[in-house]
Amino acid sequence: MVDLRSNTGGIRSPNPFWLASAPPTNSGAQIMRAFEAGWGGAVWKTLGQPIQNVSSRFGSHNYGAKKTIGFNNVELITDRPLEVNFREIYEVKKRFPDHAVIVSLMVETEEEWKDLIMRSMDAGADGLELNFGCPHGMCERGMGSAVGQEPKVNERITGWVTSYSKIPVLVKLTPNVSDIVPHGLAAQRGGAQGVSLINTIKSIIGVDVDKFVLYPTVGDKSTNGGYCGAAVKPIALHMVGALSRDPRFSLPISGIGGVANWRDAVEFMLLGASSVQVCTEVMLKGYRIVEDMIEGLSEYMIRHKFETLEDFRGKAVASYSEWGELNVNFEQVAKIDASKCIGCYDCVAACRDGAHQCIEPAAVGAPRVPVIDESECVGCNLCEIVCPVQDCITMVEVDNGYAPASWNEHVYQGAAVRYKKGSH
Amino acid sequence: MKLAEKRSETVFQDFKPALSAGHAFAEASRCLFCEDAPCTIACPTSIDIPQFIRKIATGNLKGSARTIFDANILGSSCARVCPVEVLCVGACVYNHMDQPPIQIGKLQRHATDHAIAQGWQFHTAGPDSGFSVGLVGGGPASLSAAHQLRRQGHAVTIYEKRSVIGGLDVTGVAPYKVRADDVAKEIDWLLGIGGIEVRTGVQVGADVTWAELEQRHDALFVGIGLGADSLLDVPGAQLPGVQGAVAFIEAMKLGTVDLSNVRHALVIGGGNTAVDAVRELNGLGVKDVTLVYRGTEAGMPGYKHEWKVAKIDGVHAAWQALPVAFQGNGRVESVRCIRMDEHKKPIPGAEFDLPADLVLLGIGQAKLGELLGGLPGVTLDKGRVVVDAHGFTGRRGLWAGGDCTNGGKEVVNAVAEGKSAAIAIDEYLTTTAAAARQAKEAPHG
Repeated sequence: MVDLRSNTGGIRSPNPFWLASAPPTNSGAQIMRAFEAGWGGAVWKTLGQPIQNVSSRFGSHNYGAKKTIGFNNVELITDRPLEVNFREIYEVKKRFPDHAVIVSLMVETEEEWKDLIMRSMDAGADGLELNFGCPHGMCERGMGSAVGQEPKVNERITGWVTSYSKIPVLVKLTPNVSDIVPHGLAAQRGGAQGVSLINTIKSIIGVDVDKFVLYPTVGDKSTNGGYCGAAVKPIALHMVGALSRDPRFSLPISGIGGVANWRDAVEFMLLGASSVQVCTEVMLKGYRIVEDMIEGLSEYMIRHKFETLEDFRGKAVASYSEWGELNVNFEQVAKIDASKCIGCYDCVAACRDGAHQCIEPAAVGAPRVPVIDESECVGCNLCEIVCPVQDCITMVEVDNGYAPASWNEHVYQGAAVRYKKGSH
Repeated sequence: MKLAEKRSETVFQDFKPALSAGHAFAEASRCLFCEDAPCTIACPTSIDIPQFIRKIATGNLKGSARTIFDANILGSSCARVCPVEVLCVGACVYNHMDQPPIQIGKLQRHATDHAIAQGWQFHTAGPDSGFSVGLVGGGPASLSAAHQLRRQGHAVTIYEKRSVIGGLDVTGVAPYKVRADDVAKEIDWLLGIGGIEVRTGVQVGADVTWAELEQRHDALFVGIGLGADSLLDVPGAQLPGVQGAVAFIEAMKLGTVDLSNVRHALVIGGGNTAVDAVRELNGLGVKDVTLVYRGTEAGMPGYKHEWKVAKIDGVHAAWQALPVAFQGNGRVESVRCIRMDEHKKPIPGAEFDLPADLVLLGIGQAKLGELLGGLPGVTLDKGRVVVDAHGFTGRRGLWAGGDCTNGGKEVVNAVAEGKSAAIAIDEYLTTTAAAARQAKEAPHG
């Protein structure tokens, strides 16, 4: 039996699946339903001075018939009275003492921070998450990402919070920066017990081409919103990986950004996350997606003989290298399984127009299976990516007789590098 | 184009209903956008199918219809009439990966129906070339050729013996695929290019001679299709109640047929006309419809996918049966058949009777090549007009296409052949004919 229990900077939960601070964690009733469905933790919708929201609030980035590969919102923090939120936090913790309830906070003055921290602790919260990431609405008021983008401000406010808080503090980082590391280090210097990332990305989700207004339209105007959903996962993974591989950074991480299933969660954990937070997929499909997340993660761990999350947390971090450290003598070529090929020639077009012109249509009269010129194939993966058939095109390593050598070794130590392919 | 208000065909609903906009979008989005796509290769008119489908998926419906009509000016009726199962859809690569093929015909219908309903025109007549082309027969081949020739600026005149143009696309297509009024809409839309003169009720040979036509026009295109239903030379063939299937279908498409007294109908033949006829009789309410074919079910030339539906509809079949006599008192009452062996040879003594109030003969149609037989330079092959790859007959200025040259194929083949011939005619007019005219008009030095 695998042990899914998670510990993120002292915040313990029965599994690593948390709901991110967002509409799915707007109320106690919702969070209790989520916990019943199997979620291990929830970060309460950010508390602060209640605001007024607009209508509409959400926008979708679609690709072909696939709806919502990306999502954005212009919703602000909670619009419910603070006392109602704190009462519900208390009720949730009373009913679910073993689940993690983390209160997300965003206020302006030290006094306000102190007040909300005390009330959160009184309500029984397991931890705090400082919303230094919101990229819309709140940042113009000097909060959210306006804090997260300035390491000094981040460090100072984190310092206030950690001096008052007796429960673990996570700083939620904004991705709207050129390099995430200084911001993670600022949180660390401020005394935080962990970081959570990424918050949403500043974005315009689309434009109504007939009405000439951005989405999501609010009457005849719109504004930039926070981008999230499946499409942001690669950006989030990079930022999590960048912190995990930095020797100066040592805080636990709660991974956020495009987590839609157990596999996404495992990817974040392999890059160092102790827990993951989910919002968009729950907004689109509801709380019950967690059943597969728990089961999928368990089966994954059984398959790899991992007993606890710590057995694989960070396992992929070491593979994250600088380009100059990659082995330029590693060589692979594409192979097509003729028995699986359906003859769409998507690989022919992609290689011809988008890669290195080494896949040709079959000769006239021959079966409609493309022909790969392996002597020119650079092993770029494009054909494998565009192929609609599973396992039809595979990338196969070839032995070129060269000893492994990185570009750095070539430049600085004169290591021999192989013949350059596809440079015709 | 005017059709009779009351037509028996109007009881039929579309067997393949139109897609909703949402369904079309979802289906279009599945397309893999194949390179050198098998569906396009399979299309006789070479429609760039991946492009028109992608344009549906991106909301560029007008561009989608343009792509279709650029290649096939009868793209709307072909979308419904084409045996897509053996053409584009049959070639879809999804067939090789356990996924349903793209519903290309339905998507094509989606785009073209919309274009016709909106009245979008994609082509304009070219500047007047001073040349004139006569088109004999008003079916799909001639319509396709006429439209293409107008784009090049040539004057065109269609000579049609019936009161309506459109040929089999109007008179012969199974009404559960497309009704005559839908085809009429497309033809009216096609004529929207302007300058296509249509003369109906003109029988070439009787009302006007070939010599007169050749005199009148700089080039001719012949798309006269096939002739009357072939009849069986057996006793009782002249009995009332025995008639040709094509003639019956035309009667049902253009007017009304009375089947109120028909309880048992037999359709003789195993080709597509016969298969259409059994489904049509069934749809028109005849309780007992039987296909009588001299070969086996596996060996029938008609499309399997069509026959499958007929079977589901409850149509019966008598396989390996050859009618040897039509029997009845003043009207057909039964058909005497003889059982055939696997070599389609009668088994002596194996005779049996099938009751029948109506017998339709779907065993082929006469070839009309003889109409041109007297013209020097024109070659016939068993009644078919022999042409080269571009429809040229060998006689100066005379091209042909459609069923009269291919022996009876699909509407889409006729459209392709008409267009191909039109391109060849244009080349002839702008080179050979132009040079001849110049020489004639040049002042004698």
